[in-house]
Amino acid sequence: MKPTDTKDPEYFHKVVDCQYACPAHTPVPEYIRLIAAGKYTEAYMINWESNVFPGVLGRTCDRPCEPACRRGRVEEEPVAICRLKRVAADNKSEVKHLMPQGPFISNGKKIALIGGGPASLTVARDLAPLGYEIHLYDEWNKGGGMMRTQIPAFRLPIEVLDEEVNYILDMGIHTHFNTFVESMAEILSKDYDAVFVGTGAPKGRPLKITGFDEARENIHIGIEFLASVAFEHVDSIGKNVIVLGGGNTAMDCCRTSKRIGGENVTVVVRSPRKDMKASPWEITDAEREDILILNNMPPKEFVVENGKLIGVRFEKVRAEYDENGRRSLIPTGEPDVFIEADDVIIAIGQDNAFPWIERDLGIEFGKWDIPVLNKITFQSTLPKVFFGGDAAFGPENVITAVAHGHQAAISIDLFCRDENLLNRPAPMTTLVSQKMGIHEWTYDNSIAADFRYQVPHEDKTISLTDRKIEVELGFDQNLGFKEAQRCLNCDVQTVFTTNLCIECDACVDVCPTDCITFTNNGEESDLRTRLNAPARNLEQDLYVSELLPTKRVMIKDEDVCLHCGLCAERCPTAAWDMQKYLYNVTKAYQ
Amino acid sequence: MSYSKPTFQHPDSKKNNVGYYKSDYEGVISTLCAGCGHDSISGAIVQACYEISLEPHRLAKLSGIGCSSKTPTYFLSNSHGFNSVHGRMPSIATGANMANKDLIYLGVSGDGDTASIGMGQFVHAIRRNVNMVYIVMNNGCYGLTKGQDSATADFGSISKAGGENPYQAIDLVGLALELNATFVGRSFSGDKSQLVPMIKAAMSHPGFALLDVISPCVTFNNNKGSTKSYSHVRAHIEATSIFDFVPEEEEIKVDYGEGKDAEVELFDGSKIHLSKLAPEWNPTDRFSAVKRLQSAKSEGKILTGLMYINPESEDLHKKMNTSDEPLNAIDEHVLCPGSQKLAEINASFR
Repeated sequence: MKPTDTKDPEYFHKVVDCQYACPAHTPVPEYIRLIAAGKYTEAYMINWESNVFPGVLGRTCDRPCEPACRRGRVEEEPVAICRLKRVAADNKSEVKHLMPQGPFISNGKKIALIGGGPASLTVARDLAPLGYEIHLYDEWNKGGGMMRTQIPAFRLPIEVLDEEVNYILDMGIHTHFNTFVESMAEILSKDYDAVFVGTGAPKGRPLKITGFDEARENIHIGIEFLASVAFEHVDSIGKNVIVLGGGNTAMDCCRTSKRIGGENVTVVVRSPRKDMKASPWEITDAEREDILILNNMPPKEFVVENGKLIGVRFEKVRAEYDENGRRSLIPTGEPDVFIEADDVIIAIGQDNAFPWIERDLGIEFGKWDIPVLNKITFQSTLPKVFFGGDAAFGPENVITAVAHGHQAAISIDLFCRDENLLNRPAPMTTLVSQKMGIHEWTYDNSIAADFRYQVPHEDKTISLTDRKIEVELGFDQNLGFKEAQRCLNCDVQTVFTTNLCIECDACVDVCPTDCITFTNNGEESDLRTRLNAPARNLEQDLYVSELLPTKRVMIKDEDVCLHCGLCAERCPTAAWDMQKYLYNVTKAYQ
Repeated sequence: MSYSKPTFQHPDSKKNNVGYYKSDYEGVISTLCAGCGHDSISGAIVQACYEISLEPHRLAKLSGIGCSSKTPTYFLSNSHGFNSVHGRMPSIATGANMANKDLIYLGVSGDGDTASIGMGQFVHAIRRNVNMVYIVMNNGCYGLTKGQDSATADFGSISKAGGENPYQAIDLVGLALELNATFVGRSFSGDKSQLVPMIKAAMSHPGFALLDVISPCVTFNNNKGSTKSYSHVRAHIEATSIFDFVPEEEEIKVDYGEGKDAEVELFDGSKIHLSKLAPEWNPTDRFSAVKRLQSAKSEGKILTGLMYINPESEDLHKKMNTSDEPLNAIDEHVLCPGSQKLAEINASFR
């Protein structure tokens, strides 16, 4: 193998598994250390720079970081990264003075943002400080988009959302609320220099099986139902409720039902439990509220009697998978199951919808009516129109929308300055030694053996009485500290300098997870088998040194390195050093 | 700040035949200088004991005084241990061994502890063929007292302060061969592929097994001109053979080719495979070993590997026809039969 090029900003970035997995690449270990140090405001600001909605995401993020967390590879569970973010948000002091302060000197350019969700708000935040005049359009009376309409208040209190939305709107954003944009042509006819579409995936899929039309009055589409509840257009539901679907929207629907009159709430999923799209913790939270989840039962018919829905009839199936892992649901032949219901909520998916974009404007649409975009710049086929969030490539999540927003903002800024959109700014990186003295580092390198701490919940006899009572209470400072100590500080890199090494083996002997091997070089596939501990996780790189005096090379398997610093501690020549790698995606306003 | 070893280990770590992970054979974290060769030897001992599936309670580690003699704290925390007086480890080992032949005795000593203050003890342990492994962590200097030349420092070797050693070195391997030691080997702390099988073989050998392990002192004797620095040893090392130890229960998997290979069967049925690198040398022929050692020396080479093994070794227990049962398991009345029995014995000499 060739020596590893650690100058490549992505090499050490990839070692920070959580940050690498995060669509917005938030520097996770950096803010976790600040939380452990009680510096909540600083921890909040690192998040805010990167993901714009720390308080929201600390409660509702899909947490792609956690399955990636290294901790999950050396013990049972990853660090509770998401809920630690909330600790920063809950305990911060005044932060507004740390954010860009308006009024900003105008640069004479005007931008329209269609939709007031996380993607548009991110674009607004990134562009406003540069002097752009931002006009934000949304059909509702407040900003926040799906964060407001689709995430129930018992998971995300309205005050938390309002606070973080207002940090952006207070930068001098021109809001056009209660304004449903009906025509892109009309927007384009105004004097905007660029238009950003962040309208999400607002169309819930219906399920038109027998009885749908007859029972329509008592059949609700998941995201519409959630929005109606959020805006208090709906405040009750029948006693017996069936929710169809196995995703996070289904979980939000069943738990909302339970709070507005649903007594027997059943979630029925056509597929097996392991194929459910909902995050495991959301399923657990639903079951904790005595919601029954039934699997392998596709709905066959909405049963109507005397013109009124009385229940749903389900078939029983089992899942079979072919060699490519493709699933088919095979009827088991058992009798159908009838479940009583006063109301049914359908939460089986949602789609983009652009009926308001005229098809003769030069904005091309591809498969499934999704706009044709440049994947890096988010620019559509009409150069001044950009897309982001769920509107760009279909439904994802808040953190992905934020990541899109940052990139779209960079593109819009380059576009308005007549520069090449592919000329993206490089990430900002620093790599600094953490050595302070003998056995002393600037970071806490001892490895806490604690298992993951559980977030305390409100007593359900209380929380089920009011949909606005938040279920999760969050870690207090003490629990937050303990959980933060579980972080392995993967951003503190083991940096090897070949010409300092005297090959004494001290690092090999001391490494608790047998990551380091000195051996003859070879092909990667061969090397992986003959390390001190075979490197079977192909997603993780091997760190290869240059040739040593004995004609061997140092190979470090990055997979289960604990970043404990013992290799550097035991190195007599400082050939190993622990260096903190800070990687920040450059934003438009930076 | 922290200076403790994490409790996590590699998720693919495997238990050995007696149910222990390799980490179960470790000790507390070393307080020797970072990069000390002794730590590598400790690592090799850990690996060897793990690989031969030795139950930790079956081993006793004994040491004297010096950097080397501190190391038993850094491996096999669950074994018996005795940190004795300077240079007196062989006496303690002999006594312990006489009292209980069931344990494996691992003596750890240094060049000062062995070749100076403990020389008298060392040679008698060899002479008696006490069943033990005697590892000398040999760095050619007194590391614990700031690096003065030791008795094994080579003639002409230059110290960190710049002085040239005017005295001839005591070659422990040569001495052991002269004294008819039954297992003699030399290795280098930086070569685990040789050292680990040699420790395993030494542990299987029924008798005194000397392992003279060159172990650079990074702090006081790793300078230019030193003959015991990492770079000097690496540049001048020459092995007698490529060495492999095969425990009794394992099948032989390696094809060693014909002609220059040798196989020595140990008392317990284990085997040592040698792929000889010098045709005139025979590991069971003491004269050829002495000759090989001397010729390497005259070429300025550091000869490592197994030098000599006597497969017919008879240890001290055999010579003295001692009890098979450990003394601690023998009933008090048998152990001390009383004054009447003593009177009878005395009378028998009259």
